[in-house]
Amino acid sequence: MRFRKLKLDELEKQSLDSVSKYERRQFLKMGLAITGVFAGGSILSAVTTVDSADAVEFAEKYPYKPHYAMLIHQDRCIDCERCMAACVKTNEVPEYGYRTTILEKDDAEGVEQKRQFIPVLCNQCNKPPCVRACPTSATIKDPKTGVVIMRYERCIGCKTCMSACPYNARYFNEEKRAIDKCNFCLDTRLSKGETLTACAAACPAGVRIFGDLSDSESDVFKRIHTMRAAVWVQRPETGAMPNVFYTMG
Amino acid sequence: MLSTVLTAELRAGVLARLKSGSKSYYLFVAMFGMLLLASLASGLHARLIGYDHAYNTYREVPWGILISTYVFFVVTSTGLCLVSSIGHVFGKKEFMPMARRAVYLSILTICGGFLVLAFEIENPTRMAIYNVLSPNMTSNIWWMGTLYGAYLFFMALEFFFILVHRYKEATIFGLLGVIAGVVAHSNLGAVFGMLHGREYWYGPFMPIYFIASAMMSGCAAIILFTWLAYKINGKEIDEPMADTMHVTNKLVILMILVIMFFTAWKIISGMVGTEGKLAAMHSILDGPMSINFWVIEVGMGMVVPLFLFLASKGRNMGMMVAAAAMMMFAIFFMRFDLVVVGQIVPVYYELGVKQYSHLLTYTPSWHEIMVVMGGIGFVGVAFLLGEKIFDGHKVEHH
Repeated sequence: MRFRKLKLDELEKQSLDSVSKYERRQFLKMGLAITGVFAGGSILSAVTTVDSADAVEFAEKYPYKPHYAMLIHQDRCIDCERCMAACVKTNEVPEYGYRTTILEKDDAEGVEQKRQFIPVLCNQCNKPPCVRACPTSATIKDPKTGVVIMRYERCIGCKTCMSACPYNARYFNEEKRAIDKCNFCLDTRLSKGETLTACAAACPAGVRIFGDLSDSESDVFKRIHTMRAAVWVQRPETGAMPNVFYTMG
Repeated sequence: MLSTVLTAELRAGVLARLKSGSKSYYLFVAMFGMLLLASLASGLHARLIGYDHAYNTYREVPWGILISTYVFFVVTSTGLCLVSSIGHVFGKKEFMPMARRAVYLSILTICGGFLVLAFEIENPTRMAIYNVLSPNMTSNIWWMGTLYGAYLFFMALEFFFILVHRYKEATIFGLLGVIAGVVAHSNLGAVFGMLHGREYWYGPFMPIYFIASAMMSGCAAIILFTWLAYKINGKEIDEPMADTMHVTNKLVILMILVIMFFTAWKIISGMVGTEGKLAAMHSILDGPMSINFWVIEVGMGMVVPLFLFLASKGRNMGMMVAAAAMMMFAIFFMRFDLVVVGQIVPVYYELGVKQYSHLLTYTPSWHEIMVVMGGIGFVGVAFLLGEKIFDGHKVEHH
């Protein structure tokens, strides 16, 4: 993928108006610079936090196509757990573990609503702490899609990735004799022509929107760039830069 | 070279010394030996039934007493290496008399650590293969594992060259051992310190603290083992060794003060942390880990030994050994608390969800405790036998 040369160093001095629509779109397609940032912030704030060399290098080194991501409408979840069941069935997840689960938030002082459900799964981070920490490169970012995948045969079971993950996304699978985690159904569905993960397909309430961030027409892309919509990620302070976003409404 | 070293004369000498032990010596060798065997049985049984059934670690707390014991042994080993290097590598004469024993013990303790770890890693054979075939240069675990392998190699060679009186080569390998040890050990600290998702551990403190802590542990260990060695060999501590103990006493006092300073600031700065950090701090200050912290870590590991070492003036071995023994016990708990507290605050704690609004718990299983005993058993047997085989690690002048 070729990009028009972006003078990122000069962008700091410019205002949003002087950044052309084309430049903005090209920049956003790089993925790394925008994920993990509160979408309500300006694009320039995303730029200035990114070293220019990193952004261009990132796009050249990891041209994720498609750049898989998930948007979770937290307020729509009713804890029916069909997503969890679909995941277990599709990916043969043992009953002692899980790849995705639903957390429950209670507020006795809640106005009208006193309970909300929060689905969580592997965030397929752009800067995955697990990938950084794994001694044998048993877990890596898939170079084509950016999904954080496992190479089971290399896993030594040291569980450093389990400690490193800020999201409790990993567990040791006894049958595979290796760490297992959500991989956006890459091997079980996406590589077989399906366009949705099992959990996204199973959800009856439109909670999990699975899509491609490199496609500006996708729902995920559009929502993230709707400035008046609140979109966030879990634990941004860890610097992992997730590809799973949360929103309401 | 080995055949020239292991002359018939030498072999006879070793056998004679091995046969010269007291009744209690053989009793202790047998006890530690049986502990080691029991531990191996326990570890193998755990492998058979599956670690998920034998050990009490689980998804949210994947690292338990086996990891903390590994850390304990490795910290002690690195510390002994550092302490021995002051004499052997950096030439400070006052530290020379205990340097040989310290080198030997640093080898034993790292082996003890590896032994415990062998029963923690799920697929150790894959580790041997893929650490070589597909290493990850950004992995602290990889650096630590590789460098500790190199460290063991260097320390073993240093010990060998000391035995054959080739002190120039010994010094070179001693220096390589120190370098490998310091880099490996700070990477071990960084295994914890570079996990941004774990607030209790994250930051530059861990690698630095581990090195200082190693020095402290090494001093305590060599004081304790030197006294034990002289008891085994039935001799009084001679003047050169007494002077060494005197100067080691000063070093251990300094290191305790350093660690107290580090610990105090870790806690104080933690009090202005996030909710997760605060929860971890409270667990050790006034929560479930507070007895471990105040009574064992602070009391037995720092305050009481400090006073004992000061009061001993570096000459009263009884006080120094009591302090050192107390410290070794307490330091074991220091490692345990470090590993456990870093995990008992759930990663989603600040999300305020029902499933993760409380601290997690972990207590070791009997299988885990037995595997830990194996490390102790191994070090015990090898130390005891080593005193006889290597003739009390007597120092020649070079």
